Amino acid sequence: MALLPADFADLEPFTAWCLPSEKDRFAKRISSTMPELQAFYDAAFPRLQESEDYLKSVALDGISEEDRNLLWLFASLVTVSFPVEVWRQPRVPDSGASSIDVVVAPNP
Amino acid sequence: MPHFTKPAEGSWTEHFGLATEPVSYDDSISPEFYEAERDAIFRRTWLNVGRVEQLPRNGSYFTRELDAARTSVIIVRDMKGTVRAFHNICRHRGNKLVWEDYPREETSGVCRQFTCKYHGWRYDLEGALTFVQQESEFFDLDRNRFGLVPVTTDIWEGFIFVNFDPDAQPLRDYMGRLGAGLEGYPFHLMTQRHTYRAEIGANWKLFIDAFMEFYHAPVLHAKQATAEESRKLQGFGYEALAYDVDGPHSMISSWGGMSPPKDLSMVKPMERVLRSGLFGKWEGPDIGELPPGVNPSRSPSWGTDSFLFFPNFMLLVWKPNWYLTYHYWPTSYNTHIFETSLCFAPPTNAFERLQEELAVVTFKEYGLQDGNTLEATQTMIESRAVTEFPLCDQEVMLRHLHTTCRRYVAEHQAGHATPVRITAAS
Repeated sequence: MALLPADFADLEPFTAWCLPSEKDRFAKRISSTMPELQAFYDAAFPRLQESEDYLKSVALDGISEEDRNLLWLFASLVTVSFPVEVWRQPRVPDSGASSIDVVVAPNP
Repeated sequence: MPHFTKPAEGSWTEHFGLATEPVSYDDSISPEFYEAERDAIFRRTWLNVGRVEQLPRNGSYFTRELDAARTSVIIVRDMKGTVRAFHNICRHRGNKLVWEDYPREETSGVCRQFTCKYHGWRYDLEGALTFVQQESEFFDLDRNRFGLVPVTTDIWEGFIFVNFDPDAQPLRDYMGRLGAGLEGYPFHLMTQRHTYRAEIGANWKLFIDAFMEFYHAPVLHAKQATAEESRKLQGFGYEALAYDVDGPHSMISSWGGMSPPKDLSMVKPMERVLRSGLFGKWEGPDIGELPPGVNPSRSPSWGTDSFLFFPNFMLLVWKPNWYLTYHYWPTSYNTHIFETSLCFAPPTNAFERLQEELAVVTFKEYGLQDGNTLEATQTMIESRAVTEFPLCDQEVMLRHLHTTCRRYVAEHQAGHATPVRITAAS
């Protein structure tokens, strides 16, 4: 069964990234390998780039399940962009054992 | 050559009447000094414990664990709509009154009364004792004498504060000129809130130090910019637009070229696509004219102002019209809990929500680097291998903070009820 809007069917292989919590998105990022992160980025980044108008047409009030999944998939892409675009590793450099945990987050 | 004008005295440090000698960090590595701070500072100043939006209706409550002030408090909106605070202790045998599974964890909810888990004593939301289990077994128990112990509370611009000093000055007076300059900012419209918390292995003042100077930014966070931009930033260094001090409070006004950047090649691909980044969405909501305390030098390069309301409440106002708060809650002389809330006008569509996500996540990446550095600093200053540290003029607010803390402790130990204010040489 499709989880994403029909126009985004090409991203169905990456729906494991449709995660509503920032904690889960970050956890998946740091437990992934760089090739996995790169593959997700390479597939999803161009779609984000061309979807500004569509995403602006998606009102958060009464958002559909498919659009909500797409939103969380792109939110995962946002956190994945750091390892891919700058760090060249899943973790934040020089962050060692430090952690910052989300305690309140809006949904969406 | 300074890029931004300094005061006539030649430096911000001398302008504010602060010493220019190297400083000692004894106040950050001494268990004894921390014990003194708990009484002299955390039990004698206004502490921000939350915002009115956290109490959306009558009966809404939350608890705060204020280890530094040696207590836990309940903040509640009573059935008449008044915000009240109480020590979180049952009058019967001293059990913590409001908690869920873990007594040391904070909680929140909505209720009509507080019931003690231990023997079922009940209190209404104005603190009155309303029910005693097997009341006839007690000896002339006068319920009026056993209401919850109130804590002085007040609200400034929607921020809820408590104060454990029976002789506390009014909150608005305490917030002073820097607080007055922020009044009217539409904090109440920025209800989309992301809160993060971290346990930090460093004295609470060291993290404030890290956020009250940006001298570190071009270096520690170098890799967050593109390589070419990073080289440029390090060459330029960092200078604030302006600093200000009023009593124990202080602020830095800072430039910021990232909202939007002058040149798109300066920023990462994700920032270009979402037109957002550390400074928030490049195009923020229209909120009309800013109050006079924001961007006080009225610089066109302005990016963000960082206010420190003594002792542990920081408020950052950003050019693209959103704000964040930092709180530093000490748990020992070399540990504290750091909390931050990033607050935006609610997004209306999925694209705006993603712009917000990029700002929040970028902040977290920086915060992870900052938090880790602190532990490295704490362990080494505790070694006492070096005991004097030179601070530059861009670190002026660190001197002010540590001087203020030492003065509060000295005044308290000398037996003065009210610390003498440090006055700015203006």
